[in-house]
Amino acid sequence: MAIAPDKTVLVVGGGISGLTATVETAEAGTKVVLVEKNPYLGGRVAQLYRYFPKLCPPYCGLEINFRRIKQNPAITFYTLAEVDNISGSAGNFSVTIKQKPRYVNEKCTACGECVEACPVERPNEFNFGMDNTKAIYLPHELAFPMRYVIDDSYCKGKECAKCVEACKYGAIDLDMKEKTFEVNVEAIIFATGWNPYDATKMDNLGFGKVRNVITNMMMERLAAPNGPTKGKIVRPSDGKEVQKIAFVQCAGSRDENHLNYCSAICCMASLKQATYIREQNPDAEVTIFYIDLRAPGKYEDFYRKVEADEKIKMIKGKVAKIEEDPSTGDPVVTVEDVANLKKIVESFDMVVLATGMEPQTRRNKLPGNVEYEENGFLKVDQPDGVFATGVATRPLDVNTSNQDATAKAIKCIQTLVGGK
Amino acid sequence: MEKKVGVYICTDCGIGEALNVEQLQNVANEYKPAVCKVHSFLCSQEGVQEIKNDIQNEGINTLVIAACSMRVNHDVFNFDPMKYVTERVNLREHVVWTQPPNDEKTQLLAEDYLRMGIIRAQKAEPPEPKTAELEKTILVVGGGIAGLSAALEVVKAGYKAVIVEKAPELGGWMRKMYKTLPSKPPYAEPEKSNIEEKIKAVMEHPDIKVYTNSIVVSIEGEPGMFDVTVCSNEAVKMPEIKKPKAEGEEAEAEGEGEEGKAEAKQEEASEEAGPTRYPLPECSAPETFRVGAIVFAIGWKPYDASKLEDLGYGKFKNVVTNVELEEMASNGGIKRPSDGKAVKNAVFIQCAGQRDENHLPYCSSVCCLTSLKQAKYIREANRDAGAFIIYKDMRTPGLYENFYKTMQDDEGVFLLKGELLGMEEAEDGTIKVKVENKLLNRTDVINADLVVLATGMVTNMVPEDREPNKLTPEFIGDIVTKQTDSGPVEELVPVPIALHLKYRQGPEMPHLKYGFPDSHFICFPYETRRTGIYAAGATRHPMDAAQAEMDGAGAALKAIQCIELTSEGKAVHPRAGDMTFPEFYLANCTQCRRCTVECPFGVLDEDEKGTPQEHPYRCRRCGTCMGACPQRIISFKDYSVDMISSMLKEIQVPDDQDFPYIIGFICENDAYPALDMAGINKIQFPPNFRFIRLRCLGGMNLVWIADALSKGVDGVILIGCKFGDDYQCHFIKGSQMANERLGKVQETLDRLMLEADRVELQQLAINEYYRLPEILNQFLEKVKEIGPNPYKGF
Repeated sequence: MAIAPDKTVLVVGGGISGLTATVETAEAGTKVVLVEKNPYLGGRVAQLYRYFPKLCPPYCGLEINFRRIKQNPAITFYTLAEVDNISGSAGNFSVTIKQKPRYVNEKCTACGECVEACPVERPNEFNFGMDNTKAIYLPHELAFPMRYVIDDSYCKGKECAKCVEACKYGAIDLDMKEKTFEVNVEAIIFATGWNPYDATKMDNLGFGKVRNVITNMMMERLAAPNGPTKGKIVRPSDGKEVQKIAFVQCAGSRDENHLNYCSAICCMASLKQATYIREQNPDAEVTIFYIDLRAPGKYEDFYRKVEADEKIKMIKGKVAKIEEDPSTGDPVVTVEDVANLKKIVESFDMVVLATGMEPQTRRNKLPGNVEYEENGFLKVDQPDGVFATGVATRPLDVNTSNQDATAKAIKCIQTLVGGK
Repeated sequence: MEKKVGVYICTDCGIGEALNVEQLQNVANEYKPAVCKVHSFLCSQEGVQEIKNDIQNEGINTLVIAACSMRVNHDVFNFDPMKYVTERVNLREHVVWTQPPNDEKTQLLAEDYLRMGIIRAQKAEPPEPKTAELEKTILVVGGGIAGLSAALEVVKAGYKAVIVEKAPELGGWMRKMYKTLPSKPPYAEPEKSNIEEKIKAVMEHPDIKVYTNSIVVSIEGEPGMFDVTVCSNEAVKMPEIKKPKAEGEEAEAEGEGEEGKAEAKQEEASEEAGPTRYPLPECSAPETFRVGAIVFAIGWKPYDASKLEDLGYGKFKNVVTNVELEEMASNGGIKRPSDGKAVKNAVFIQCAGQRDENHLPYCSSVCCLTSLKQAKYIREANRDAGAFIIYKDMRTPGLYENFYKTMQDDEGVFLLKGELLGMEEAEDGTIKVKVENKLLNRTDVINADLVVLATGMVTNMVPEDREPNKLTPEFIGDIVTKQTDSGPVEELVPVPIALHLKYRQGPEMPHLKYGFPDSHFICFPYETRRTGIYAAGATRHPMDAAQAEMDGAGAALKAIQCIELTSEGKAVHPRAGDMTFPEFYLANCTQCRRCTVECPFGVLDEDEKGTPQEHPYRCRRCGTCMGACPQRIISFKDYSVDMISSMLKEIQVPDDQDFPYIIGFICENDAYPALDMAGINKIQFPPNFRFIRLRCLGGMNLVWIADALSKGVDGVILIGCKFGDDYQCHFIKGSQMANERLGKVQETLDRLMLEADRVELQQLAINEYYRLPEILNQFLEKVKEIGPNPYKGF
């Protein structure tokens, strides 16, 4: 009684939009193949400490979505996998999927003995390089699937093989090779998501040179209990607790030289992160430098709540530059306070750049016949049988991404039943 | 079903090294399972094959797998749930990874878990399928952009739709719009709305039936079988809702309550009386039909500008709202209302009555863009005209930024961050607008031919005579005082608005805030508290037309899914796929009404006496009713009060006075995974706690606390999701309900002559596993301080 139970939809991307597109499609009865390039599902939201405006952990909803996946036989998913080639047309796509070796098979019980044995470390990209993992690692403790993975760019392979020895279960297979396989699907939904804009490109803001300038995504990891500092918000240069912090809005966004659009979420993200600081440290002072504070709809309530905190200041002004005070390591911010027509030069313990969202497809084009708009986002209108959703199409918050993914799921299903 | 239990103990992942497995086997054998086996690697192919062989050869139908968390290896230990009961005893994460190895206390913990797991499995049955041929037509209430989109998406997916629209014509506000916001790259030009094409497509589609000039006067039933009654505006008699008088207000003259006017029916009755309700509309020519699910898209109305007199509305002739300007632009062009002259200078005042706690506390999301669009109308009509936009923050998120930039580049558009200082009308109708320019730190004066107030959007859930910022919580309605045997009691009487549901809990969708029947969940925007009814468009959240179209599509899918899952006997989100149903043993019902009141989804109705009336397809399977019932008459095939009471009977409470023995009831959605994560991180817990997972803390029945304490258990801790404004409970208020019930636990404890502090509820988010040692140790200390339970050893 399900809709199109004999048809299959390919969802590319296992972030929040892709997960929603997957479960919403499959719960209508259609088969779904989900392809995710990371070794775990969840995408960017898995890296967030909390969502605005509820300040609730993203894993709460992910857990439910994973349960929906686990109990639904209509869903097949592949991690460490990317779409390599797409041929055919609506109703009959042939898709080549390339899956990188995990080097850990289904015998893995996630016991963790291998990590003890592994002698090599690698920068942990889940924490934006702020700490290291071993070459064999669990992406994070809520990772789904709950299975270890080896980073082969660091692993010494068979010459070491200490992990193989340590594993009682024969779960580690250093001979594992990249796999290529084909799936036939009737329709495709791209939910390829986004990357944080490369903050080093904004020379004046000092990221990469001024040690205590971080990005908003790094802040999420710093505040997260499973992050590099176990949730303690300290500055990178000396591990000092942060007393005085500034947020620089529109770092790259609304800027013709960088991202020619507003990333839609950064104002709310900074307001949220201001609460992380204030919750940890009752004396901390927060300054947010902004152009316009964008808290649309009912988010206004959250804005008002944060604004009411006397230790949080909001100043309209675009930051001109950030330099390091060599004696203290403090970032010194120069900004035009437009409301008071004066230049502010002020030092902080740490500065957070509210960097924007760059579509994944701005730099990495997709295989197949897919259309892009000028910023590299996927156009809403795509060739027959192809759909795009979430931040792949425009900057969106999580809620709207899910709304969009649900809407795209029905559009996609319609093509399978030949609906008019 | 004759139970044939197989117990499988895995010794992998450190279990074998940390526990005395032989002893575990002895414990299992006390329950005389058909099979009890130990395996060194149960999740291996060989291990699973062994279980499968036993199913095949020994007829095992009830599997107790004592190994790892139920959250992992789900695909490995996957046996047809319609035939077999599978119970996972978590010896790994919840025992050996959080306790010292080869310790007597660790062993006792594992044994208790095994006992409880075996009982749980013994008491569970596979679900009985409850499939049905259901009606699959979808009702769309509201024929604006969101409703029309929903109906079109529904029929394109192969289903039928019925639209009921109150106005004589379809199209809603969009028909009044001169142009809509740019929807495509480069997002520079306002576009002609597609509403006429949508209306045409709807009218011509053979699978869409349209009722205009009509309202829904009643809905009863459940997904797959909602009986809907529609009535034309001419044939309907709306009851006039007479609001209870506020204090100090003069009592109205008697005789006002004439025909057609109804007061909330006040029962001269005892506390046990049913809820007070306003009457629903009456219809002299009703038309009734059946639908499977409902999209609720009754749209929005502009905020009442007559309340904005300080902004000149109603006072000065040339002050209009953004909606009025749109209508002018559509009907022959924008002119000064005072004299019909062309407009040279127009001033737009943003956030008119918005972001303002005295009016609309929220932001309507679209007004900045609307004013930019309307500034373009002004500029296009007259190249010499100036459009001044006075704003607090320009909110043009995402790719709409391009439109903002395009308008910024127009030399006749002036964007002014500032605050209105005053307005003065000249004799010729021109208005002097005085503004504090916050960017240049000066006062600007603009001579405006026209002032446009960017008023906001109010959901049509808010009745005409009510303020969005002053609504009663949860249900829009009135607080009335009701006389009962035990004195006056305040009661919220919800007002009928648009759906007129014949539901015990009230005739409309609960609202979240400001009247929006929105989802509270960031992850699940279509989550609904009335199963099978999905809100869409500006009725549920302020949004622009493009988003409303998308929202209609999403809601359409949820409505379809609901029908399809229901017809297979499956639950919808969040327990999607669950095939169990609550069963009521009504012979023992005492009509206390707790289940009908506490259900977060308004599933249960009640008869005059207060006996619950089931609507199984509305059920979300959280078990809150089960927890509420003092008579223990509600159960599921694999989840019941008796099951957990029986588990509590099996635990071995030691006589040791120095070892406080504590039971924890935990939410399986968040607290259970948090315990798992603690395990993965090898965080150590005191060995005193035995955790029992519940579908939701709302299922917590007070009888279990009595059971546990009378058995000598020293303390009971409940760990559930956060409640309050930012609640995280997937079943809306399960943990809150559990907390409220704890308020009543004193009675039980008094009866047992025990201290209230022996029972505690803690709120925990899924990622707060690091807080667990502190929470558990503190509770343990508290229980130690109280001293051992005097029932110990009885």
